[in-house]
Amino acid sequence: MESKDSEKKKLKLKVSAIKEGTVIDHIPAKSLFKVISILGLDKIENQITFGTNLDSKKLGAKAIIKVTDVFFEDQEINKIALIAPHAKLNIIRDYEVVEKKIVEIPDKITGIVKCFNPKCITNHEKIRTCFSVISKAPISLKCKYCEKITTAEQIRML
Amino acid sequence: MKKDLISITDFSKEEYLRILELAAEFEAKPNQELLKGKVVASLFFEPSTRTRLSFETAINRLGGRIIGFADPDSSSATKGETLHDTIKMVSNYADLIVMRHPLEGAARYAAEVSPVPVINAGDGANQHPTQTLLDLYSILKTQGTLDNINIFMVGDLKYGRTVHSLLQAMSEFENPIFNFVAPTTLQMPRAYKHHLEAKGIRYFEHEEFTDIISAADIIYMTRVQKERFSDPIEYEKVKDVYILNNEMLSKTKPNVRILHPLPRVNEISTDVDSNEKAYYFEQARNGVFTREAIISYVMNVK
Repeated sequence: MESKDSEKKKLKLKVSAIKEGTVIDHIPAKSLFKVISILGLDKIENQITFGTNLDSKKLGAKAIIKVTDVFFEDQEINKIALIAPHAKLNIIRDYEVVEKKIVEIPDKITGIVKCFNPKCITNHEKIRTCFSVISKAPISLKCKYCEKITTAEQIRML
Repeated sequence: MKKDLISITDFSKEEYLRILELAAEFEAKPNQELLKGKVVASLFFEPSTRTRLSFETAINRLGGRIIGFADPDSSSATKGETLHDTIKMVSNYADLIVMRHPLEGAARYAAEVSPVPVINAGDGANQHPTQTLLDLYSILKTQGTLDNINIFMVGDLKYGRTVHSLLQAMSEFENPIFNFVAPTTLQMPRAYKHHLEAKGIRYFEHEEFTDIISAADIIYMTRVQKERFSDPIEYEKVKDVYILNNEMLSKTKPNVRILHPLPRVNEISTDVDSNEKAYYFEQARNGVFTREAIISYVMNVK
């Protein structure tokens, strides 16, 4: 079983394999550019390849990002959990997957989500938003400033 | 580290009790020169005469000096200055900032920007913690305890920030019972009921405002605020629903006291005013002592 699985993966990775770096798979296609922006991939000089609108049984249309020579800290990668909750990371060393990771919603979310409350100060002045996560499934966020709860349906990204 | 008072949940039960103890000291001796040589900024980005006069009386009784503005038209905010810049500037001048702002979260943000302590005198529909502490002081003074209190909250329980904060504060004490009297459209929000359930605290919801108040130790009346409604028809429907009159008080317990954050419109008939169970004007007076206590506490002068 195991050898078959890894053989399959090798075949898949051969398409545009990277030597060292990180592959982020299972990103909803519509969130691709948001993920790129949240992780700051648009501001680095490393080689990056991405594919989008790929077939996915789970997501309908998915996207994948391969970043050469970049290894993310958990804290950093978890920032994408809100928009790509099913994202999977493969850490590549010398063309081999040496580690797999899933993303996890952090306890605190800063600067990604807009507070749904129109009377919140963060919607009137240039302030970095900050929420504590009071429930992860379904997600529910409490604004540090106005103390109102933003629920899953109300979440809008900045 | 500086102390701010932004939200009632910023303080522990022990801190509530300390402030109430200080409030009693100030009631016995209101004039104490503890802020001599200090400057307090009183920034009212939204007019609130009652709250401002209460704070400014407290500051004067403590011997402090006041700078600031009473309404936004006379502040730099009308020139387009950000809250950030106003607070940065004022915190260079003053030793303490007391602020009222129409936007929610404005006080928390100001506290982050300011190196001097900030006391929230109301931020939109969010928090008004000094009101809550004066409510606690009034309950303690009239009932002799904050434990085992049966409290009836009447009127606008959906948008009324005073009842939300009072609920949070009272739930720290032993065995309270909450009775919520409100029309369906203005009921206590789910989140606060969850908070009580999680703590195993009993609460009951009523739509009728009748004999049920005979069990009450405290009846907390609120005004249905027109400005909280986006639909004026909704406001007209509910504004006259719950009115307390003198006759309704005949079967209530002798220790019951009626509280109201004021101003009232018509939700308490004027015939109640002379009843010894009416307590709202004394409650407002307690506000000055409680604010003296809060200011002394955050300024570390008591």
